[in-house]
Amino acid sequence: MFNQRAQVVGVHIILIAYSALAVGPILLVVMNSFKARNAIFGAPLAPPTAATFSLIGYAKVFNASHIGTYFMNSLIVTLISMGLVLLFGAMAAWALTEYKFRGSTALALFLSIGIMVPIRLGSVAILTMMRKAGLNDTLTALILVYIAQGLPLSIFILSEFVQQIPKDLRDAARCDGVPETRIFFEVVAPLLRPAIATVAVFTIVPIWNDLWFPLILTSSDSTHTITLGVQQFLGQYITDWNSVLAALSMAILPVVAIYVIFSRQLISGLTAGAVK
Amino acid sequence: MARLHIDALNKSYGDTKVLIDISLSIGDGEFVVLVGPSGCGKSTLLRMIAGLDAPTSGDIVIADRKVNALAPAERKIAMVFQSYALYPHMDVRKNMTFGLKFTGVAAAERERRVAEAARMLRLEPLLARYPRDLSGGQRQRVAIGRAIVREPDVFLFDEPLSNLDAALRVSTRVEIARLHRLLKATIVYVTHDQIEAMTLADRIVVMNQGRIEQVGKPLDLYYAPANLFVAGFIGSPAMNFFPATVGRVENGTAEVKGASMAPMRLPAGALRAGEDLTIGVRPEHLTARGAGAFAASGVVELVERLGEASYAHVRRADDKLMVVEIRGRETPSPGDSVTLCAPAEDVHAFNAAGQSLDVALIKTS
Repeated sequence: MFNQRAQVVGVHIILIAYSALAVGPILLVVMNSFKARNAIFGAPLAPPTAATFSLIGYAKVFNASHIGTYFMNSLIVTLISMGLVLLFGAMAAWALTEYKFRGSTALALFLSIGIMVPIRLGSVAILTMMRKAGLNDTLTALILVYIAQGLPLSIFILSEFVQQIPKDLRDAARCDGVPETRIFFEVVAPLLRPAIATVAVFTIVPIWNDLWFPLILTSSDSTHTITLGVQQFLGQYITDWNSVLAALSMAILPVVAIYVIFSRQLISGLTAGAVK
Repeated sequence: MARLHIDALNKSYGDTKVLIDISLSIGDGEFVVLVGPSGCGKSTLLRMIAGLDAPTSGDIVIADRKVNALAPAERKIAMVFQSYALYPHMDVRKNMTFGLKFTGVAAAERERRVAEAARMLRLEPLLARYPRDLSGGQRQRVAIGRAIVREPDVFLFDEPLSNLDAALRVSTRVEIARLHRLLKATIVYVTHDQIEAMTLADRIVVMNQGRIEQVGKPLDLYYAPANLFVAGFIGSPAMNFFPATVGRVENGTAEVKGASMAPMRLPAGALRAGEDLTIGVRPEHLTARGAGAFAASGVVELVERLGEASYAHVRRADDKLMVVEIRGRETPSPGDSVTLCAPAEDVHAFNAAGQSLDVALIKTS
């Protein structure tokens, strides 16, 4: 009895410590984004008080930069990439598990290589390719790269879930005269919803947070994403911390929003299949 | 409704032969049950009729139309699955109409068919519910409803009752029999349960290891099994078998002897001296009282009392068990020595290859 209690307490201490570690820096950023410059440096760990409270960072970000454009760019790139990764990922997962065709195993292996080899290794090749295709400094270039980046893992995860869909359902639909595409969209896809939510979060977070590809593939203000846009407040000699922190705090919001939207689905997605 | 004809159908996966030379004709409106132990190929055969699996060779003809190359939807069949296979994210009404949308059935006609099927299956109060809110029996009725609204030429049932509890199984069985009378449909029904097979079928197809062992009316299979497998498979508890040899053959009678039975006389027919036989007698045909052409003795080891009958397991001379059905209150006790008899007409004989000799026996006796 005592042992069990000690175990529970111990587990919770570890979990709380981990949460503090994960949430702490984010909290620090958000807190300091609401403070005046002096207070940021004077007492970085203190929450904003009536004396130190200031919205100067947010004001500067809204007035002095293309933050709206950056936000829109990030949203466009993230949502379109996510949508296409989910669509193609689910379709490929269905095709690879459902239809056995010549080379299907080889294709599945080829796709899984994408999980093991980081896409950043191909940066130079990607840059040259985009230049030659005339896609340099466009959002299309980013979307294409992110689809390539997200597909392998999404196919891998979704395949697992597709396999759990009872074969009888598909057979029943076939006997019912439902065309194959409709079987996918109206029978299989709705049942994959929890899995799709899981994959959506896995896909969105790295795309939204990515700095690398916007940095090498976009060069004008009109195509910058939010993570890259924030960089303009970081100077070589002077850094406008108010603006940096304000912009970063705002950049967190969409991801949090998406997580909240998907979280109910996500939890069932993460645990489904864990218990047979 | 339509006739179904299967001609020299074979199916193998690599070197494993799952179905061997299956030929079968099913008449218009006939209820045919495929029965056999698991792995005998009955479900595979059904899936091939449905078009979900392709045969290695042979033809399937539905309504005088060769359907080998047709997709399941084009064969005008409807299948009911053991797992019900209802679409979990659609309510009952949608489950039934979903397929119709794609086969060009107008909305008004869809509604009419659903209403009729719902009335037939007493599903009206459930139409707006989701499968997860239904009991097993209700789900199975929805699955059957989904098949009915398609108005198919042939209904295919794949062990539809195996997931139901015992009481529900009986009532759903009655329901299916009633539907068959109502719809006058051609039905192919797969089960491993011989009671389902006996009660539902116009004709039973007994399958074993990819082959058809016998096709016949339920009582024909019971009274005149074609071979040892069918004799042992149909009937519960199973038929008792006694190894025996043919002794002297003279004047049209053969003497048959076995270690576990008293010597008996059979009409000679095609029997030859020295031939090995298997004698079969059903538990319900054995009796501890009186005398008969057949007799076997042993010691009662166990008595199972079911109410309407009791089954005594009797250890016989060759150390195997035989089962006898006893009606009434008086049952033997373990340890009692008994002699069990049966009249000649209830004795089955099988030759060394396992084929029945009943025909010969009946003719000459």
